[in-house]
Amino acid sequence: MQTIYTDFLVVGAGLAGERAAVETAEAGFSAICLSLVPARRSHSSAAQGGMQASLGNSVMGEGDGPDVHFADTVKGSDWGCDQEVARLFADTAPIEMRRLAHWGVPWNRVVPGKSIYYKGGKQFEKVEAEEKEGLIMARSFGGTAKWRTCYTSDGTGHAVMCTMDNRCAEKGVEVHDKTEAIALLQDGETCFGVVARCLRTGELRVYLSKATMIAAGGFGRIYPNTTNAVICDGGAHTMCVATGLVPMGNMEAVQFHPTGIVPTDILVTEGCRGDGGTLLDVDEKRFMNIYEPEKAELASRDVVSRWMTHHMREGHGVKSPYGEHLWLDIRHLGKEHITGKLREVYEICTSFLGVDPIHQLIPVRPTQHYSMGGVRTNKDGAAYGLKGLFAAGEAACWDMHGFNRLGGNSLAETVVAGGIIGRKIAEYLEGSEAEFKTGLINDEVKKQRSRIDALIEGRDGSENVYKVRSAMQDALHKGANIFRTQEGLEKCVADLQEVLIRAKKIGLRSNGKGVNPELAAALKLEGQVKLALMVAYGALMRTESRGSHNREDYPARNDRDWLTRTLAYWKKPEDTLPTLEYEPASTVVEIPPGDRGYGHAKIISADDKKE
Amino acid sequence: MSRLLKLNIFRYNPEDEQSAPHMQEFVLEETDSMTLFIALNRIREEQDPSLQFDFCCRAGICGSCGMVINGRPGLACHTKTRDLPGEITLLPLPIFKLVGDLSVDTGTWFREMYTKTESWIHTNKAFDPTALEERMDNKDAVAIYELERCVECGCCISACGTARLREDFMGAAALNRVARFLIDPRDQRTDRDYYEIIGNDMGIFGCMGLLACEDVCPKHLPLQNQLGFLRRKMGITSIKRLFSK
Repeated sequence: MQTIYTDFLVVGAGLAGERAAVETAEAGFSAICLSLVPARRSHSSAAQGGMQASLGNSVMGEGDGPDVHFADTVKGSDWGCDQEVARLFADTAPIEMRRLAHWGVPWNRVVPGKSIYYKGGKQFEKVEAEEKEGLIMARSFGGTAKWRTCYTSDGTGHAVMCTMDNRCAEKGVEVHDKTEAIALLQDGETCFGVVARCLRTGELRVYLSKATMIAAGGFGRIYPNTTNAVICDGGAHTMCVATGLVPMGNMEAVQFHPTGIVPTDILVTEGCRGDGGTLLDVDEKRFMNIYEPEKAELASRDVVSRWMTHHMREGHGVKSPYGEHLWLDIRHLGKEHITGKLREVYEICTSFLGVDPIHQLIPVRPTQHYSMGGVRTNKDGAAYGLKGLFAAGEAACWDMHGFNRLGGNSLAETVVAGGIIGRKIAEYLEGSEAEFKTGLINDEVKKQRSRIDALIEGRDGSENVYKVRSAMQDALHKGANIFRTQEGLEKCVADLQEVLIRAKKIGLRSNGKGVNPELAAALKLEGQVKLALMVAYGALMRTESRGSHNREDYPARNDRDWLTRTLAYWKKPEDTLPTLEYEPASTVVEIPPGDRGYGHAKIISADDKKE
Repeated sequence: MSRLLKLNIFRYNPEDEQSAPHMQEFVLEETDSMTLFIALNRIREEQDPSLQFDFCCRAGICGSCGMVINGRPGLACHTKTRDLPGEITLLPLPIFKLVGDLSVDTGTWFREMYTKTESWIHTNKAFDPTALEERMDNKDAVAIYELERCVECGCCISACGTARLREDFMGAAALNRVARFLIDPRDQRTDRDYYEIIGNDMGIFGCMGLLACEDVCPKHLPLQNQLGFLRRKMGITSIKRLFSK
């Protein structure tokens, strides 16, 4: 068996992981990123919109600055975020965008003079300043006070990913692609690498490192309908959960996007509604104007998703072989607009659905989109529970998003956090000595081999991995979705506990030889069910509504009792429920909790005396 | 009643001594808006869990799912079954090393390509975190992005006659990559530097002009224009070299 040593090991080769690896490589350390897929295929590359940073170059961004960006982020989080982290992020984002420009990102630039833009389907005019010509341009995005989102046409993630991966190649950061980490190496105090499975041959490999980072993205694939890539399955999270020592933060905070297309759940941009598109039901009637007379389709993501789900529950959904959905109508915007300003939407509809949005309705439904929760870290990106373990990006709960993330803040977070945490890791590497315990390594490898053999031989049972996975996804979909109630969540937790028993009895139907995809799915399933239980149980216990977490039976945001972050542990493998602990949402408070200015209005203030 | 699709899929697991390359037939009922992404996943989950294929974003952005679909390299994620006849033949992309069934190793090929083309901005300017960004014409930025849209699916390489004949041919994706840096004002490399990389049979002079690369590119990149552009540029460089000796 091959053993590979490096100073810094990253599980994941998306923007957060590669950015941190570049930082340590520049400080003179060796760095290896493990990736399920070739580096530029990471889910970071799928982000189209852009990255928020308060450069204020566009005329519509005048007066913007880190303070405004910080305030938007804290409000967006519904005061669930760590304000110290949000401040660090808002202050650093402009520098990181400029650094990316220096490294090669082809940001769109300011073109001086008159131009047209649309808002709420109406046309407006703006004039960009001469003296700003050639500086980084920004576009408008939901939930932001200013035009602040830096972009490269409609492929920001892809363009930044190319530049970052180029930088890795230049700085000697290795990307070991088609490699899947399956277990952490740790002695109860310190993490010193991983056991990984080669996805070219199926062989096990050991990676030893002084510092290890989880930067593997979100875990949307534990839901049946998600905009996430198929690799965003929480596999890396499951390794952390399996230690029993590392908590997941705020797992119940799951963001849903209103317009995933049916059946493949690819996202069509909010711009459709921004430009005047409407949502229709089975009778091809508008309904958002009934529920939200003022903002209608332009209410915030969470609000629109909630009403769409409500409307389908009331029996107005369109039935299809892929489940119920609603319609998005952009036909009235006309061919020129659709093939111009909404080119990407046009291409998605024609290429993936065979639907021509100039003449036809687009089938859409609210879809799991972003995991605010993840591996809980401090502001330096160091994971709770194990020394030498770090996390960044969507995989982490760093926690600048709290209970709701603003558009354009996720992609920016990957690079900004990767840079900040990468520097902290370089400092850590400078001052630490590694100790690799060969006995523990052998034991862990043996344990993983035995897990694999048990699955191949069907030693523990003959449950079908795909059926059990489906059962998990269905339980979450039914109980821990956009609307949550005590009854629904209790049922969800009970169902998931049954699924957990089945997940321990998987037996493969194929021979498990080589790269076998059934084995890959089976190895992570039990851990995925535990993640699902953390989502559902955390949501059951949190008796309030905050950001994306909506309890129909507790509609108020309760700052008196719940201005907290949930920490979910899986203390013993045989446990049937996670252990929940709580910590204050923020120890530094620049902006005291107040009204966000949108969404639900009822707040139980922290000042209210406890009864 | 929907169509019953017949899929003939290439099967071979190099890591299993019992396995020999062969075609296997699967039958599947077609549903509305079915793509090959949906069809292949359904086959794996319901009929044969060992079937290997690659998908990642399943939205035409990442380039994972290049395969030969009824004789033509393309992305499986945005291939709708209703645009295909009832009998569909799927083969792995040629040229790249086979991992198993429909899965090939494009990662190694592309990583080597980055090294050969030194795929990064060459500059002696240092980044100053306290300064404003260096200005750039928006037209340049847009032109660079148009070439950077390549998703490294490998379809152009698999469809390339020269790449079939000689292993060391860099192919359209690599030449497109060079063009991306050549037009970037931030990159300080000279035409002569680029000539060292592509001014040979492995580069611009190897292409036979069969145009398949551009025909199959799922992102519709102007691959032949780039080749023409580089050839003109390198031709001039070559003549200058002759006279300056």
